[in-house]
Amino acid sequence: MSATTTTAAPGRSLPATEGSLVQRALRGAVTPGGAVFILVAILFLAVVAANPSFGEPPQLIRFIGRTAPIAIAAMGQYYVIVSGEFDLSMGAVIATQVVIAGNYIGQDEGRVLPALVLMVAIGAVVGLVNGLGTTLLKVPSFIVTLGTMLALGGLVRFLTGGAATGNPVDSFREIGRGGIQDVPVLEVLPYPVIILVVIMIGGVLLMRSPFGRTIVATGDNPDAAGLAGAHVWWVKTRAFMLSSLSATVAGILLVGYAGVHPSVGSGYEFTAITAVVLGGVVLGGGRGWLLSAAAGAFALELLFSFLNFQEVESTWRPTVQGVIIILAVAAAGRAWSFGRRPSRTSPPAAPAPPSTPARPGTETGEN
Amino acid sequence: MRPKIHRAPIAVASALLLGVFATACSTEDPTDGDTGSDNTSETSESPDASESPEEGGEQEWFDQAVYDEQYEQRSATFEGDPETPYLQYIDGEMTDTADYKSNKPGKACFANASIGNPWRQTGWITMNQQLKDLQDKGVISEMETRDAGDDDNTQIADIDYFISEGNCDAFIISPNSTAAMTDAVERACETGKPVVVFDRGVQTDCATTFIHPIGGFAWGIDTAEFLVDNLEEGDKVVALRILPGVDVLEQRWAAAEKIFDENGIEAVDFFTGADPTEIKTFITDELNKGEIQGVWMDAGDGAVAAIEAFQDFGADLPVMTGEDEMSFLRKWEETGLTGLAPVYSNFQWRTPLLALEKIWAGEEVPKEWVLPQTPITEDERADYIEANDGMPDGHYAKFGGEDLVGYPEVWQERQIP
Repeated sequence: MSATTTTAAPGRSLPATEGSLVQRALRGAVTPGGAVFILVAILFLAVVAANPSFGEPPQLIRFIGRTAPIAIAAMGQYYVIVSGEFDLSMGAVIATQVVIAGNYIGQDEGRVLPALVLMVAIGAVVGLVNGLGTTLLKVPSFIVTLGTMLALGGLVRFLTGGAATGNPVDSFREIGRGGIQDVPVLEVLPYPVIILVVIMIGGVLLMRSPFGRTIVATGDNPDAAGLAGAHVWWVKTRAFMLSSLSATVAGILLVGYAGVHPSVGSGYEFTAITAVVLGGVVLGGGRGWLLSAAAGAFALELLFSFLNFQEVESTWRPTVQGVIIILAVAAAGRAWSFGRRPSRTSPPAAPAPPSTPARPGTETGEN
Repeated sequence: MRPKIHRAPIAVASALLLGVFATACSTEDPTDGDTGSDNTSETSESPDASESPEEGGEQEWFDQAVYDEQYEQRSATFEGDPETPYLQYIDGEMTDTADYKSNKPGKACFANASIGNPWRQTGWITMNQQLKDLQDKGVISEMETRDAGDDDNTQIADIDYFISEGNCDAFIISPNSTAAMTDAVERACETGKPVVVFDRGVQTDCATTFIHPIGGFAWGIDTAEFLVDNLEEGDKVVALRILPGVDVLEQRWAAAEKIFDENGIEAVDFFTGADPTEIKTFITDELNKGEIQGVWMDAGDGAVAAIEAFQDFGADLPVMTGEDEMSFLRKWEETGLTGLAPVYSNFQWRTPLLALEKIWAGEEVPKEWVLPQTPITEDERADYIEANDGMPDGHYAKFGGEDLVGYPEVWQERQIP
């Protein structure tokens, strides 16, 4: 869980990096960003208890593969939320990319590469529009991204009339559907798992870079960040672009995994936001850990699978999901406030920790 | 969100608290789930529990009389030429239309529920080609269409607009939902102009003619009987349903569930919204739990994703019922699974305009115009795939527009008018 935090050898002694590995892991686990990993572990055990074959490596790796698009979308949403904004256009971006893949590539293998370029370009442009609308035009991001969501939704309807067209050529779908065969233990290593890991590593490195720290600082206090020399508008715009590009990657994986349908991606923005909140990232920005957002996505998917295994009535399913999500977020919120309550027994000599954590956005153990 | 003053984390307390919360969730749940699974296992194992589904949603949608009627209609004799199935009907009460006789081309006003699924899109294309034909013949001057986008309120407004300002000579209504549209249809009837209702019904018989294929129960009977014939008692069927609450879809499931119950087939149903991601997830989870011998669908949209889920999992392909959508027919042929393609006759989209032709000519039309609805079997599959060569995946094999202008390019390019 907090392996990434602990691998970095601290060159200086800050409260967040003090203590032994176990102490730090424990301290990390009680913050909302860390608690989600406990939640994932509990849900995983519950699912395995309900259905032991789920725990077998081949099934497990497939599960990770199919959760990859949601986890990637959640990490994209994280950048926007931690910078203090929302991105509601995510599901619409996914649907647009899925439909473009179906309509533009079709059965023509030669169009796979141009299509990928086109999709990335569209993702970047949507993010740019969201970002500039929010920062330069000063329209609340809730509204800007709602607008792009509607606009893209209209585009999808126009392109498809609201119904499925054909699937793109199989070689393109391999990205989301295929994998490396004959891997020991796992049988198959799905490409989405590899892509997910690469994006996770890239994301963690990004959050440790100056840009990553600026993004969290911007979400915490945009005025202070601006006075400290950050170009707030450009930082936020890039966060939106990261979000749309993540949605693009999720879309490419989903075309492969599932196929083309305008309903693919519907509701993803809310799933992603839920995952991010479940991961303990504070709405409003400035706090939270990237990998906790991904863990939040896994918690949600485990929950859905758990309900499948328990054979909850199909009509009741969304209600049960909703109640459990509220309970889980409430539990995480309690952990948060408990973790922050000043300890009356603690010696007053304890020095006040610095107002920013050692590595913003890369630490579970932040204040 | 709280003031940023307190900083001392109390590790153990909150970890415990979270643990308590989380376990509370997960222990609460199995009990929920247990009652659910008890129900399903009871209904599938013991025949005396067959009343239990009626406590839930079944009662609402299952109607024994209509079920029996549609059961019979599946083998009824249809009047008219089988070459033009869109003009065939079951003998019954006819509406006299002498009063509507007219010698000049009339304007048709079409309140459409939506073109939001491939079935409706295919029908809509066919309808427009049929319109061109009747415009050339001088029967219809123009057709004004309002698309309600799957919204009851929009469609009521559309119909009222047509009544007050549409300058319509006849109304064609494809209702979005049954109960909500009844009043609006009655208002259209009060204008004294011909009213043609097709596809989903309304709770009034004021319409000049109500055009529909046999119905949802017939679909459920055909598909469930096929699965029962090809499976053993105790086998498991996953039922993939689009959404709850639409009568034509609910009736399909109500009939199928009854037959599964009676024959000891264990059936689990899921609502998928036709989203292939959901379909794949549900099936993969079910496969994780154990073997699945059959897949039942209340509409074929997404059938390919369902089959792919079995392939990707490495499981044996199920016995499966889809629909006459080309994507399913092709995948069915490619994989060689045991299957059936039930048909909700798409050619019915031609019939409303042809009915207007008859009405304005003063010819009588059936009060309830029941069109044939025959599934495509494995033996017929190759013929339909060949006949629809070059058609897109979302096309429906029994679209019935082969003799219309623009065939086949218009359907191949699938330009939605």
